Amino acid sequence: MKVNDAIWGALLLALAAALLIHIQGFPTIPGQKYGPALMPGVVAVGLAVCGALLIIKGLAVLRAGEDPRWVRFDEWIASSRRVVALALTVGVNVFYILVVDWLGFILTGVIYLSVMFSAFGVRAKWIVPIGLVVTLVIHYAFYKLLRVPLPWGILQGVAW
Amino acid sequence: MSDAWMQAFGLVFEPYNMVVMLAASLFGLFVGAVPGLTATMATALLVPVTFFMAPIPAIAAIVTATAMAIFSGDIPGCLLRMPGTPASAAYTDEAYAMTRKGQAELALGAGLVFSAIGGLFGTAVLIVAAPTLAEFALRFSSFEYFWLVLLGLTCAVFMTSDRPVKGFVSLLLGLLIAGVGLGNPAGFPRFTFGSTELLGGIGMIPLMIGMFAISEIIRYAVDTNPEMRIADQPIGNVFKGMWRLAVRYPVQILRGSTLGTLVGALPGAGADIAAWMSYAISKKFSKEPEKFGTGHVEGIVESGAANNSAVAAAWIPALVFGIPGDSITAIVIGVLYMKNMNPGPSLFTNDPQKIYAVFLLFIIANLIMIPLGFLCIKAAKRILKVPRNVLMPVIMLFCVVGAFAINNTAFDVTVMLTAGVAAFVLERNGFPIAPAILGVVLGGMLEENFVTSMIKADGHWFAFFERPIAATLGALTLAVWFLPILLRRLRQLAPA
Repeated sequence: MKVNDAIWGALLLALAAALLIHIQGFPTIPGQKYGPALMPGVVAVGLAVCGALLIIKGLAVLRAGEDPRWVRFDEWIASSRRVVALALTVGVNVFYILVVDWLGFILTGVIYLSVMFSAFGVRAKWIVPIGLVVTLVIHYAFYKLLRVPLPWGILQGVAW
Repeated sequence: MSDAWMQAFGLVFEPYNMVVMLAASLFGLFVGAVPGLTATMATALLVPVTFFMAPIPAIAAIVTATAMAIFSGDIPGCLLRMPGTPASAAYTDEAYAMTRKGQAELALGAGLVFSAIGGLFGTAVLIVAAPTLAEFALRFSSFEYFWLVLLGLTCAVFMTSDRPVKGFVSLLLGLLIAGVGLGNPAGFPRFTFGSTELLGGIGMIPLMIGMFAISEIIRYAVDTNPEMRIADQPIGNVFKGMWRLAVRYPVQILRGSTLGTLVGALPGAGADIAAWMSYAISKKFSKEPEKFGTGHVEGIVESGAANNSAVAAAWIPALVFGIPGDSITAIVIGVLYMKNMNPGPSLFTNDPQKIYAVFLLFIIANLIMIPLGFLCIKAAKRILKVPRNVLMPVIMLFCVVGAFAINNTAFDVTVMLTAGVAAFVLERNGFPIAPAILGVVLGGMLEENFVTSMIKADGHWFAFFERPIAATLGALTLAVWFLPILLRRLRQLAPA
């Protein structure tokens, strides 16, 4: 998805304005000219200038008729399989973040992989077996070998 | 002196370290050879594992994996017309054209042998230049460091994008991310919005895993290219004819290696830009430029050497100043801090054996690249058949666990995911990612050195130009900013 530079410019201007307002609340250091507001302030001014330049550039592109659209979608938008794959790629990670503590790593991992395998067209009979094996291998490597405290969740009772 | 070298040998030739290097080589060769997995991604994936190692094996794993990945990126370029890593993109068409002419082994051999030579050249420069620079840098104060960081960030903007405005936006966003949390000279919690997790700042490693690995997986998910087909060609002895090439193109090898070293050492730009520039230069100065693009090996020799020399040279500013030469060393700097090997000139005086060990690692990595790379070429067809629809989800779950493992918090997984989506969207819209990374890595250093300098100078701006080196660096930075604008003005004023 390609968005016209003018929209990016407007977004950056908004961000710059929000920053400038927000840093008004930053304290000053007694006896010093430059406190914690300096760096974000400079960044905000820079973003505002770049935002303005991008608006000018984006409008010029629109006016010249090189590309009259504000937003141009890539080819994949026409392929429902890919749109679903994209949504799932982001979705499974959100799912993981939300449920891993409750469901535990192993169950979450198997679901996570199975969903992605189906999204990417892995053959049905392989989906769960590969998902299970890979999850167990990753669990072994990180939990046992590297001692990362991956959560057990509802499987706490059978933890090994 | 020699005592430190002995210690370095001891550190490097330890059996554990050797095993790590071998495993990292295989990992690097594999990641490089699979299209869509990059050398930077290999580094990001290694971090959670190296987290649990001693400093030298951790660095060894990264050094070997990246060197191997930059070479093996040539393999799918040659067989599939699809670069394995962005660093091979410059000459992918050329290599594929050679394959169609029945010269696959020549293209692969040239990629392998001249990668190793370029890598060794970059290493030699690293060995000579880094300690010299470090000695020089011992005299640097906050003024010099301020300019140096600013110069590095400037280079990153101008080197990585043909559209400086977008590079600049990317850099500013990086600086903004660096500003989150308590880590500023005043110790004031900025942009934390009451979140305790944000107090410590945004973790660099989850951020990089997101930007370099998750974004690639998203790109794979929406990839509309048809499934790849492997060129069906027997691959014979790839070393045949290499000596003849070396005799025929000595200038090209030297030029490619030198350019790669320079580009690598400049902050922000790495192996991929080195390869593009080198390929263009090779064509420009070639005696037979008309043959370029039709399956001519000359450009592959030159840019194949360039991208590997850049990998080594990027470590020069990273080790001496803590300024990353490319996105790989940006991650490396994070690892160095975690391993208590804070980059900077004092590392050279306090722990010279560790620096020498890094040099040795580079030499070994580039030497074992030849036999291991040869095996990788032999196994290439099998590697390229690895089903990517299985591989990508597995890598993604690995990223999730890896991001979690650094601090054992799910918050870092959120950071990773957000960074991945953001990097995907930004890159699609022409905002380069490298300046943002540099902004994140160097933001704290920039602010700290500025504030320290200002306190020392009692608020007088002129102090930034009072010391000779600072003045030179400052003038150079300002020149990079204003010269292009000035030149354009002059050109407009001059009658056509």
